[in-house]
Amino acid sequence: MSTTSFAGQEIEVNEDGFMLNPDQWTPEIAAELARDAGIDPLTDKHWEVIDFCRRDSAEKGTPPGVRRITKNTGVSMKEMYGLFPGGPGILAAKISGLTKPKGCI
Amino acid sequence: MAETNGNGSAPRKVAIICSKGSLDMAYPGLILANAARMMGIEAVLFFTFWGLDIVTERTLDKLHAGIVGNPATHMPAMIAGLPGMEGLATHMMKKKMDDLEIPTVREMLEILDDAGAEMYGCLMAMEMFDRDKDQLVPQIKDVITAMDFFEKAEGAQTIFI
Repeated sequence: MSTTSFAGQEIEVNEDGFMLNPDQWTPEIAAELARDAGIDPLTDKHWEVIDFCRRDSAEKGTPPGVRRITKNTGVSMKEMYGLFPGGPGILAAKISGLTKPKGCI
Repeated sequence: MAETNGNGSAPRKVAIICSKGSLDMAYPGLILANAARMMGIEAVLFFTFWGLDIVTERTLDKLHAGIVGNPATHMPAMIAGLPGMEGLATHMMKKKMDDLEIPTVREMLEILDDAGAEMYGCLMAMEMFDRDKDQLVPQIKDVITAMDFFEKAEGAQTIFI
Protein backbone atom coordinates (compact mmCIF):
# COMPACT_ATOMS: atom_id res chain seq x y z
CA MET A 1 0.00 0.00 0.00
CA SER A 2 1.13 3.51 -0.74
CA THR A 3 -0.35 6.94 -1.14
CA THR A 4 -0.41 9.11 -4.20
CA SER A 5 -1.59 12.62 -4.87
CA PHE A 6 -4.75 12.97 -6.97
CA ALA A 7 -6.56 16.26 -7.55
CA GLY A 8 -4.65 17.77 -4.63
CA GLN A 9 -5.59 14.97 -2.22
CA GLU A 10 -3.46 12.22 -0.69
CA ILE A 11 -5.10 8.95 -1.79
CA GLU A 12 -4.38 5.39 -0.65
CA VAL A 13 -3.73 3.07 -3.59
CA ASN A 14 -2.51 -0.51 -4.04
CA GLU A 15 0.51 -1.53 -6.15
CA ASP A 16 -1.62 -1.50 -9.34
CA GLY A 17 -2.92 2.00 -8.71
CA PHE A 18 -6.42 0.96 -7.58
CA MET A 19 -7.85 3.12 -4.80
CA LEU A 20 -8.22 1.32 -1.49
CA ASN A 21 -10.91 3.53 -0.01
CA PRO A 22 -13.84 4.34 -2.32
CA ASP A 23 -14.96 7.06 0.10
CA GLN A 24 -11.91 9.14 -0.86
CA TRP A 25 -13.09 9.19 -4.49
CA THR A 26 -14.29 12.41 -6.12
CA PRO A 27 -15.29 13.17 -9.73
CA GLU A 28 -12.06 15.18 -10.03
CA ILE A 29 -10.03 12.11 -9.04
CA ALA A 30 -11.96 10.08 -11.64
CA ALA A 31 -10.97 12.59 -14.32
CA GLU A 32 -7.33 12.33 -13.27
CA LEU A 33 -7.37 8.50 -13.15
CA ALA A 34 -8.98 8.54 -16.61
CA ARG A 35 -6.31 10.87 -17.99
CA ASP A 36 -3.63 8.50 -16.65
CA ALA A 37 -5.33 5.73 -18.68
CA GLY A 38 -5.41 7.89 -21.81
CA ILE A 39 -9.11 8.77 -21.52
CA ASP A 40 -9.80 12.49 -21.77
CA PRO A 41 -12.38 13.86 -21.36
CA LEU A 42 -14.88 11.66 -19.55
CA THR A 43 -18.15 11.73 -21.52
CA ASP A 44 -21.75 11.26 -20.34
CA LYS A 45 -21.47 7.58 -21.31
CA HIS A 46 -18.37 7.21 -19.12
CA TRP A 47 -20.27 8.79 -16.23
CA GLU A 48 -23.20 6.44 -16.77
CA VAL A 49 -20.78 3.54 -16.35
CA ILE A 50 -18.97 5.11 -13.39
CA ASP A 51 -22.23 5.92 -11.58
CA PHE A 52 -23.45 2.36 -12.05
CA CYS A 53 -20.13 0.85 -10.89
CA ARG A 54 -20.12 2.90 -7.70
CA ARG A 55 -23.79 2.25 -6.96
CA ASP A 56 -23.53 -1.48 -7.70
CA SER A 57 -20.32 -1.89 -5.74
CA ALA A 58 -21.83 -0.15 -2.71
CA GLU A 59 -24.79 -2.54 -2.88
CA LYS A 60 -22.97 -5.78 -3.66
CA GLY A 61 -19.65 -5.14 -1.97
CA THR A 62 -17.69 -5.93 -5.14
CA PRO A 63 -17.19 -4.02 -8.40
CA PRO A 64 -19.23 -5.23 -11.40
CA GLY A 65 -17.67 -7.01 -14.39
CA VAL A 66 -18.12 -5.72 -17.93
CA ARG A 67 -21.11 -7.96 -18.73
CA ARG A 68 -22.95 -6.87 -15.60
CA ILE A 69 -22.34 -3.23 -16.52
CA THR A 70 -23.73 -3.73 -20.04
CA LYS A 71 -26.77 -5.61 -18.69
CA ASN A 72 -27.63 -2.79 -16.31
CA THR A 73 -26.84 0.36 -18.28
CA GLY A 74 -27.61 1.54 -21.77
CA VAL A 75 -23.99 0.96 -22.72
CA SER A 76 -23.29 -1.94 -25.09
CA MET A 77 -20.31 -4.32 -24.98
CA LYS A 78 -18.88 -2.73 -28.11
CA GLU A 79 -19.26 0.77 -26.62
CA MET A 80 -17.49 -0.35 -23.43
CA TYR A 81 -14.38 -1.17 -25.46
CA GLY A 82 -14.63 2.19 -27.22
CA LEU A 83 -15.00 4.05 -23.94
CA PHE A 84 -12.19 2.20 -22.16
CA PRO A 85 -9.77 1.10 -24.89
CA GLY A 86 -7.12 0.02 -22.40
CA GLY A 87 -9.45 -2.66 -21.01
CA PRO A 88 -12.97 -1.95 -19.66
CA GLY A 89 -12.76 -4.78 -17.11
CA ILE A 90 -10.17 -2.99 -15.05
CA LEU A 91 -10.46 0.64 -16.11
CA ALA A 92 -14.17 1.11 -15.34
CA ALA A 93 -13.56 -0.03 -11.76
CA LYS A 94 -10.25 1.81 -11.40
CA ILE A 95 -11.67 5.16 -12.55
CA SER A 96 -14.67 4.60 -10.28
CA GLY A 97 -12.31 4.39 -7.29
CA LEU A 98 -12.96 0.68 -6.78
CA THR A 99 -10.83 -2.46 -6.58
CA LYS A 100 -10.20 -4.86 -9.47
CA PRO A 101 -13.37 -6.89 -10.25
CA LYS A 102 -13.30 -10.54 -9.15
CA GLY A 103 -15.18 -12.00 -12.14
CA CYS A 104 -13.87 -13.02 -15.55
CA ILE A 105 -16.88 -11.87 -17.60
CA MET B 1 -7.13 -2.50 -30.77
CA ALA B 2 -5.78 -1.37 -27.42
CA GLU B 3 -2.47 0.43 -27.44
CA THR B 4 -1.80 0.01 -23.75
CA ASN B 5 -3.28 -2.14 -21.06
CA GLY B 6 -4.78 -0.76 -17.85
CA ASN B 7 -1.36 -0.36 -16.28
CA GLY B 8 -0.08 1.76 -19.13
CA SER B 9 2.58 -0.79 -20.14
CA ALA B 10 3.33 -2.17 -23.61
CA PRO B 11 0.56 -4.06 -25.45
CA ARG B 12 0.25 -7.77 -24.71
CA LYS B 13 -1.33 -10.45 -26.86
CA VAL B 14 -2.60 -13.99 -26.35
CA ALA B 15 -3.22 -16.60 -29.04
CA ILE B 16 -5.54 -19.41 -27.97
CA ILE B 17 -5.88 -22.68 -29.89
CA CYS B 18 -9.20 -24.42 -29.18
CA SER B 19 -8.94 -28.05 -30.31
CA LYS B 20 -11.64 -29.76 -28.22
CA GLY B 21 -15.38 -29.71 -28.75
CA SER B 22 -16.80 -30.62 -25.35
CA LEU B 23 -18.60 -28.09 -23.20
CA ASP B 24 -15.98 -28.29 -20.46
CA MET B 25 -13.16 -27.71 -22.94
CA ALA B 26 -14.97 -24.93 -24.84
CA TYR B 27 -15.29 -22.54 -21.94
CA PRO B 28 -11.65 -22.26 -20.81
CA GLY B 29 -10.53 -20.77 -24.14
CA LEU B 30 -13.52 -18.46 -24.41
CA ILE B 31 -13.23 -17.22 -20.84
CA LEU B 32 -9.46 -16.73 -21.03
CA ALA B 33 -9.83 -14.74 -24.25
CA ASN B 34 -12.53 -12.59 -22.69
CA ALA B 35 -10.51 -11.98 -19.53
CA ALA B 36 -7.60 -10.91 -21.72
CA ARG B 37 -9.74 -8.43 -23.67
CA MET B 38 -11.25 -7.07 -20.44
CA MET B 39 -7.78 -6.05 -19.32
CA GLY B 40 -6.74 -4.66 -22.68
CA ILE B 41 -4.75 -7.68 -23.91
CA GLU B 42 -5.25 -8.53 -27.59
CA ALA B 43 -6.73 -11.97 -28.22
CA VAL B 44 -6.67 -14.26 -31.27
CA LEU B 45 -8.50 -17.60 -31.24
CA PHE B 46 -7.93 -20.50 -33.62
CA PHE B 47 -10.57 -23.25 -33.72
CA THR B 48 -9.22 -26.56 -35.01
CA PHE B 49 -10.31 -30.21 -35.08
CA TRP B 50 -13.15 -30.82 -32.59
CA GLY B 51 -12.83 -27.20 -31.52
CA LEU B 52 -14.68 -26.30 -34.73
CA ASP B 53 -17.86 -27.53 -33.02
CA ILE B 54 -17.64 -24.49 -30.71
CA VAL B 55 -18.14 -22.19 -33.71
CA THR B 56 -20.36 -24.37 -35.95
CA GLU B 57 -24.00 -23.19 -35.97
CA ARG B 58 -25.39 -26.75 -35.92
CA THR B 59 -23.38 -27.94 -32.90
CA LEU B 60 -22.48 -24.99 -30.69
CA ASP B 61 -25.71 -24.97 -28.64
CA LYS B 62 -25.47 -28.71 -28.07
CA LEU B 63 -21.92 -29.22 -26.77
CA HIS B 64 -21.69 -32.02 -24.21
CA ALA B 65 -19.69 -32.26 -21.02
CA GLY B 66 -17.02 -34.94 -21.51
CA ILE B 67 -17.24 -37.37 -18.61
CA VAL B 68 -16.07 -40.70 -20.05
CA GLY B 69 -12.36 -41.16 -19.46
CA ASN B 70 -12.24 -38.07 -17.28
CA PRO B 71 -10.92 -39.09 -13.83
CA ALA B 72 -11.83 -35.68 -12.41
CA THR B 73 -15.51 -36.67 -12.38
CA HIS B 74 -14.65 -39.19 -9.60
CA MET B 75 -17.09 -41.58 -11.26
CA PRO B 76 -16.27 -45.17 -12.29
CA ALA B 77 -15.75 -45.25 -16.08
CA MET B 78 -18.42 -47.96 -16.35
CA ILE B 79 -21.02 -45.70 -14.74
CA ALA B 80 -19.96 -42.64 -16.73
CA GLY B 81 -20.44 -44.67 -19.90
CA LEU B 82 -24.04 -45.68 -19.13
CA PRO B 83 -26.68 -44.25 -21.47
CA GLY B 84 -27.94 -40.88 -20.32
CA MET B 85 -25.06 -40.14 -17.94
CA GLU B 86 -23.37 -37.68 -20.27
CA GLY B 87 -26.66 -35.91 -20.91
CA LEU B 88 -27.26 -35.68 -17.18
CA ALA B 89 -23.78 -34.30 -16.52
CA THR B 90 -24.23 -31.76 -19.32
CA HIS B 91 -27.59 -30.69 -17.93
CA MET B 92 -26.13 -30.26 -14.44
CA MET B 93 -23.17 -28.28 -15.73
CA LYS B 94 -25.39 -25.97 -17.79
CA LYS B 95 -27.71 -25.40 -14.85
CA LYS B 96 -24.82 -24.49 -12.57
CA MET B 97 -23.46 -22.09 -15.18
CA ASP B 98 -26.87 -20.53 -15.60
CA ASP B 99 -27.12 -20.05 -11.82
CA LEU B 100 -23.74 -18.31 -11.86
CA GLU B 101 -24.86 -16.14 -14.81
CA ILE B 102 -22.11 -17.52 -17.04
CA PRO B 103 -23.10 -16.73 -20.65
CA THR B 104 -23.90 -19.53 -23.11
CA VAL B 105 -21.28 -20.49 -25.69
CA ARG B 106 -23.21 -18.53 -28.32
CA GLU B 107 -23.29 -15.41 -26.15
CA MET B 108 -19.60 -15.79 -25.30
CA LEU B 109 -18.79 -15.72 -29.04
CA GLU B 110 -20.86 -12.54 -29.44
CA ILE B 111 -19.17 -10.95 -26.41
CA LEU B 112 -15.71 -11.83 -27.76
CA ASP B 113 -16.54 -10.37 -31.16
CA ASP B 114 -17.84 -7.14 -29.59
CA ALA B 115 -14.72 -7.08 -27.42
CA GLY B 116 -12.51 -7.11 -30.50
CA ALA B 117 -11.12 -10.64 -30.18
CA GLU B 118 -10.25 -12.16 -33.57
CA MET B 119 -11.56 -15.66 -34.26
CA TYR B 120 -10.49 -18.01 -37.05
CA GLY B 121 -11.34 -21.51 -38.23
CA CYS B 122 -8.68 -24.04 -39.25
CA LEU B 123 -8.70 -24.79 -42.98
CA MET B 124 -7.43 -28.35 -42.71
CA ALA B 125 -9.97 -29.29 -40.04
CA MET B 126 -12.73 -27.69 -42.12
CA GLU B 127 -11.78 -29.93 -45.04
CA MET B 128 -11.54 -33.00 -42.82
CA PHE B 129 -15.01 -32.45 -41.41
CA ASP B 130 -16.50 -31.34 -44.77
CA ARG B 131 -17.50 -28.02 -43.31
CA ASP B 132 -18.07 -24.75 -45.20
CA LYS B 133 -17.45 -21.26 -43.86
CA ASP B 134 -21.19 -20.48 -44.06
CA GLN B 135 -21.80 -23.27 -41.52
CA LEU B 136 -19.76 -21.35 -38.96
CA VAL B 137 -20.95 -18.43 -36.81
CA PRO B 138 -20.58 -15.00 -38.43
CA GLN B 139 -18.06 -13.99 -35.75
CA ILE B 140 -15.47 -16.23 -37.44
CA LYS B 141 -13.45 -13.76 -39.46
CA ASP B 142 -11.84 -16.22 -41.81
CA VAL B 143 -10.75 -19.81 -42.35
CA ILE B 144 -6.97 -19.94 -42.36
CA THR B 145 -4.03 -22.35 -42.28
CA ALA B 146 -1.87 -23.05 -39.25
CA MET B 147 0.89 -20.98 -40.84
CA ASP B 148 -1.49 -18.03 -41.27
CA PHE B 149 -2.43 -18.45 -37.62
CA PHE B 150 1.17 -18.25 -36.46
CA GLU B 151 1.60 -15.05 -38.43
CA LYS B 152 -1.38 -13.56 -36.60
CA ALA B 153 -0.04 -14.90 -33.32
CA GLU B 154 3.31 -13.20 -33.66
CA GLY B 155 4.52 -11.88 -30.32
CA ALA B 156 1.63 -13.54 -28.48
CA GLN B 157 1.62 -15.91 -25.54
CA THR B 158 0.16 -19.07 -27.07
CA ILE B 159 -2.24 -21.31 -25.17
CA PHE B 160 -3.31 -24.75 -26.45
CA ILE B 161 -6.58 -26.19 -25.21
